[in-house]
Amino acid sequence: MQAESERRDDGALSDLRVLDFTHYIAGPYATKLLADYGADVLKVERPEIGDGARRMGPFPGDAPHPEKSGVFLHLNTNKRSITLNLKSQQAREIVLRLVKNVDVVVESFRPGQMAAYGLDYAVLCTINPQIVVTSISNFGQTGPYRDFRSSDLMIYGMGGEMYSTGLEDREPLKLGENVVLYQAGAIAATATMGAVFAIGSQHVDVSLMETQVGTIDRRMSMLLAYQYNSEISKRSATATAGGYPNGVFICQDGYVQIAGGRNYFDRVVAMMGAPDELLDERWYVPEAQYDPELEDEFSAYFIPWCLERTRREIWQAAQESGVLSAPINAASDLINDTEIQSRGAFTEIDHPAAGNLLYPGRPFIMHESPWSVRRPAPLLGEHTEEVLTALDYTKDDIEQLRQQGVI
Amino acid sequence: MADHKKLPLEGIRILDMTVVWAGTYCATLLADLGAEVIRLESIKRLPPITRGYMPYPPKDVIEGLPAFVAAMPGREPGRRPWNRYPLFNAHGRNKLGITVDLTQPSGMDIFNRLVAVSDAFVENNVTETMDKLGISYEMMRDVNPRIVMLRMPAYGNTGAYRNYRSLGVHMEGVIGHTIVRGYEDMDQSSSTNVYAADAAGGVQGAFAMLAALHFRKRTGKGQLIELAQAENMISYTGQFFMEYAMNGRDSGTIGNRHTSAVQGCYPCAGDDRWVNITLYDDEDWAAFRNAIGSPAWTEDDRFATHSARYENQRALDARIADWTRRRAHDEVMHILQAVGIAAGPVMDQRDAFADPHLQERGIFEEVYHEDVDGSHLYVGVPYKMSDMPITIRSGPVQLGADNEYVYKKVLGVSDEEYAEFERMGHIGMDFSRDEG
Repeated sequence: MQAESERRDDGALSDLRVLDFTHYIAGPYATKLLADYGADVLKVERPEIGDGARRMGPFPGDAPHPEKSGVFLHLNTNKRSITLNLKSQQAREIVLRLVKNVDVVVESFRPGQMAAYGLDYAVLCTINPQIVVTSISNFGQTGPYRDFRSSDLMIYGMGGEMYSTGLEDREPLKLGENVVLYQAGAIAATATMGAVFAIGSQHVDVSLMETQVGTIDRRMSMLLAYQYNSEISKRSATATAGGYPNGVFICQDGYVQIAGGRNYFDRVVAMMGAPDELLDERWYVPEAQYDPELEDEFSAYFIPWCLERTRREIWQAAQESGVLSAPINAASDLINDTEIQSRGAFTEIDHPAAGNLLYPGRPFIMHESPWSVRRPAPLLGEHTEEVLTALDYTKDDIEQLRQQGVI
Repeated sequence: MADHKKLPLEGIRILDMTVVWAGTYCATLLADLGAEVIRLESIKRLPPITRGYMPYPPKDVIEGLPAFVAAMPGREPGRRPWNRYPLFNAHGRNKLGITVDLTQPSGMDIFNRLVAVSDAFVENNVTETMDKLGISYEMMRDVNPRIVMLRMPAYGNTGAYRNYRSLGVHMEGVIGHTIVRGYEDMDQSSSTNVYAADAAGGVQGAFAMLAALHFRKRTGKGQLIELAQAENMISYTGQFFMEYAMNGRDSGTIGNRHTSAVQGCYPCAGDDRWVNITLYDDEDWAAFRNAIGSPAWTEDDRFATHSARYENQRALDARIADWTRRRAHDEVMHILQAVGIAAGPVMDQRDAFADPHLQERGIFEEVYHEDVDGSHLYVGVPYKMSDMPITIRSGPVQLGADNEYVYKKVLGVSDEEYAEFERMGHIGMDFSRDEG
């Protein structure tokens, strides 16, 4: 556990100040990346209620508590929190004073909401001509779907490659929960940093849908395949993509993924210890990989071979023979994997309400400007007084703002 | 734009030795921002999958590969098949391409000359590939102390897994994404491939590079960045690790369901057409009921409260599907979005190109590419900047297309030396027929 310490200036982004009006997943992941690599991020939350992610699980013992949401705690490390009722004129004045001294504003309200608060880009860049404002929304700040609602499922369906994900005789299938939203957050962080390099102010417009249309996870290639050769990509009849063994197989303690067909069949045979039965020439003629009878015959050797071995044993044997492969792990497998642990992929963080827990650690290692946890996720409004005091509000002013429901 | 505005990364030169998808996507995102990204390839060796599986594949091999890999015009390999794969061309924009054979000592000399005049380097090979070539951060730093080196191996440059080979789909198995993304009523053997880890690693690499360049601007210091793609994906699936940390439980798949909303993917009119609908709360349910004409079944006790509907989603699915299957998927979207409900079609490729929203937003850009016989619509940059259009400035980079510019203008190689490099097998636009 790293103790909460004073502001460090050895982080890559420790000269950046960020005002953060984001909530739930995508926006907070973008500002988490900035904060974890050194930026001073001040999160603006609604009084009493706060970021909606505070009400999302998981919670310790499944008991909802606004300071103990696992997803909130993960996504808001290193940030400070101020509560502001943005509908009030006093709150707007506080924001405008803060904006003078920040480099970046990130927001994820529905399009038009910042304008309703009198805080749209046109206003902010008048106050601070160097500012970068990043807006993250479902469908972008313009266009016919601008005001449409969405969900993680819908974004993948409309933007990503859901249509060809899953099995032919079943409905299309989405990714693991929220993965597309994290991807949007990382795109937003990247675009924000790009804008920081630009001369003058910028308004960055990130549409969740477009972060999926423009993704390397098959969608861009599928769209180009249609442009080039009018091919519509369907879900496949089986889990494998041709050749054998190729797919997910049951083994002694779970499942393993093996991509070993076609050109790599000989490597699979080597992985299996080169049994005589599989050395016969008939396995190695080009048609063999497309022959269902041979595939069945092969399965009679391969299935028992897998069942007699653990995920880890198979993964290791496969790697030694150059077969692309993976164990199908659960979270506990990773957390208990000494190799992954010893590289520091997880980190302990102590939080005043949630206690000491193991969190996902750094997404990448910077050797000169390290990732660091300077503070855990903030309590709701934990830094309201500190921030207002720095803006020269007196104790009486602050008390008054509190009574008026501004903070 | 009447006058040229300086792009954010204009003046930054990045050497790119990336393969397949995560690394190449990272380099693309940096190239979009105006960096001069120089892709290093070798005419002696085709990196597997990146530009196909073999340099001169027969037509039947091309025909046997999935569309997203190999649906080139007519499924014809053409004169230069490696410049025709959707798998590569989809991300090939805005880069320069040169060839150099790093297995020759003269190749490493060329490499060092490039390092001396570059700002950054990115690669995503297994650790031992760079070791064998003798490329390391120390060696690059000696040539250019300000260099930023970004390495993106699957499992890291240290530890027992450092040389483990992996595609994105395998990392997802290892880190626990695969186990939470299947059909909720089937076992893991029904799992099909996705490559979310490539997308995650790619964008995170671009963010890492920007962070390092920002730091260098302030301090003058270059550095080594190590992005183990599997570890990066742990951050993307944080809630499942938090669940284990808090409650000692592993999460299973919930299919297309949601942890609190009522949600599903429903069949629509037409062949294999689908719509996603999410009902977050009672208010959504009331609007939904109204929108579908308040049929009698909506009075059923099983659907009386949000928690009852959540418990009885399968029964509800059948009723909702009864309504959706008589309508087109985009019609369902418009009916339900008009009353504030999250609903949207599962779009195939035709839907995407025909979509009025994407058209108005301008996500597709028309690009001419001679190796695929003409102009097509390519997906452009996945965000917009108000004051500076970030666009496709050049189409998919061909193998060795920029040799002349980079060797002669960037490195100052003489015509004689250039001819010599050509003779030695460094320079070319075609893979050699006898190797690779």
